[in-house]
Amino acid sequence: MTANGRPVLAALRGAAVGYEGEIALRGLNMELEAGELVGVVGPSGCGKTTLLRALIGDVESYGGVIAQGTRADGERLRVSYVPQVGTVDWNFPITVEQVVLLGLWRERRWLPWVSRRERERVRGVLEEVGIADLARRSIRALSGGQQQRAFLARALVSEPDLLLLDEPTNGLDIKTQHEILHELNVLNDSGVTIVLTTHDLNGVASHLPRLICLGERTLLADGTADEVLVSEVLERAYGQPVLVVRSGRERYVLPVPEEAPGAHGEDDEPAGGAVELVGRIADAAGRGGNRDA
Amino acid sequence: MLEPFEYGFMQRAMITATIVCAVTGAMGVFVVLRRLAYIGHGLAHSIFGGAVISFVSGFNFFAGASLWGAFSVLLINAAARRRQIGGDAAIGIITTAAFAVGIAVISRARTFTRDFEAALFGEVLGISSTDLWVTAGMALMIAVVLFAWWKQLVFITFDRDVAPAYGVPAPWVETVFALALAATVVASLQVLGVTLIAAALVIPPVVARMLTDSFPRLFWLSLAIGAATGFVGIYISWFVDVPSGATVVLTQAAVFAVVLGGERLLALRQRRTARRAERLAGLERALNE
Repeated sequence: MTANGRPVLAALRGAAVGYEGEIALRGLNMELEAGELVGVVGPSGCGKTTLLRALIGDVESYGGVIAQGTRADGERLRVSYVPQVGTVDWNFPITVEQVVLLGLWRERRWLPWVSRRERERVRGVLEEVGIADLARRSIRALSGGQQQRAFLARALVSEPDLLLLDEPTNGLDIKTQHEILHELNVLNDSGVTIVLTTHDLNGVASHLPRLICLGERTLLADGTADEVLVSEVLERAYGQPVLVVRSGRERYVLPVPEEAPGAHGEDDEPAGGAVELVGRIADAAGRGGNRDA
Repeated sequence: MLEPFEYGFMQRAMITATIVCAVTGAMGVFVVLRRLAYIGHGLAHSIFGGAVISFVSGFNFFAGASLWGAFSVLLINAAARRRQIGGDAAIGIITTAAFAVGIAVISRARTFTRDFEAALFGEVLGISSTDLWVTAGMALMIAVVLFAWWKQLVFITFDRDVAPAYGVPAPWVETVFALALAATVVASLQVLGVTLIAAALVIPPVVARMLTDSFPRLFWLSLAIGAATGFVGIYISWFVDVPSGATVVLTQAAVFAVVLGGERLLALRQRRTARRAERLAGLERALNE
């Protein structure tokens, strides 16, 4: 239990984790409280997926402590995981309904066939994510957004306490991205703790209440978007100059070419729109070191 | 036409082949979808080594070959977990080494060449009632494994990386499956022969895959195609006097060719229909204008 009375679902203390004897992340210190919505950012290969897996103990531990909480009734925590869409075998002949049923494998009877109750539960969750009409369709025949919803349904069908999503908006158009994020917000409001990874610093990460930034094989920053999405942290994580421009409550993170002099830093002046923003960035970069455009 | 059914040894052969090929058809679904065709091929060769040693030492064939197969599978699993080796290389090294042991033993004791020819290409004439019951027992055991681990097997076959996150004990499931595969190969050795087992593991599920997009249907169809082609293959072997493994696999290959041809014809017809519909739509548009 934390100071604010919320139970801790997972805690990493000085944890070093990885695969096959190779440490992918070290010095991990964090707690995950019930009801949180957390984003994990960082460059490709920095260990975002490994951190998700560390939270559920699905990695090799080489030091420190990885602790998992329990449900209020003392039962084991229900965790669901939505992978990156590209990881599955698309040649596998499986329908949307059958994919969602996989999420129930632990609860299902030992018999291989499906009961009416299980089918109804699947139907309910497919309706919840808006693809009930696609239940009998092959997963391969769906669009990227529909596939993501199918995997979300698989994750939700077991009514998880903790939902982990690996780049849930990757490769989706902006409308579908928005819909998926809206659904995640609704779920979070209903009490589900969510941790998601993302590469989208502007469209996704900057709107999340808590962010974790990974880089240099460790946790570089953990806090609000205001604390994490700052040029010092991002430049360390991504290893390249980054400009963070604020416009009212909005925040824009933009990579800046190495050769542009004075491109590093933050700009707290309000910007009047995307066009003006780009012009201002170009302007700032061209003026040679002036952060306050 | 009914002559083969009059002889007890042919009845036993047809029942055994039907059971064995139903099992290879069922196991083959997971073998093909998990891209493990090479392990099926390798295990057959590896188990041949165990069969030879059992024969020479007077040990029970099924027990010796099964133990050898189980040992090979566990060794492959252990070696494949080392990233520097990898799955394919581990299978290649261990199964060929185990096969080489068999070859070495044969070359030292040259008196039973004919028996080993049978083990290489399949020979059903000598199937006793005991062999039939042992084969049926092994098939039942494999069916129980598939039945009990069905959900876990489907999960790791579809989404291997994610299954452990949902609590599926993937390494255990993989080991149990590999042991069941070794048992399948041992049960199939007499009917299909070492060199042809891989085909019986691959062809029925591939044919079934061409016919359906549903996993449960794929499984039952593959099992049925395996059983039917096993029965027909042995029946044909009576008339053409060639090893049973060859007739079974050739029957399966013929089914594959027919389905492939049918699929092509269907695609051709669909394309023609689409073109005709487009032409008609064009004419209609022209008339309307």
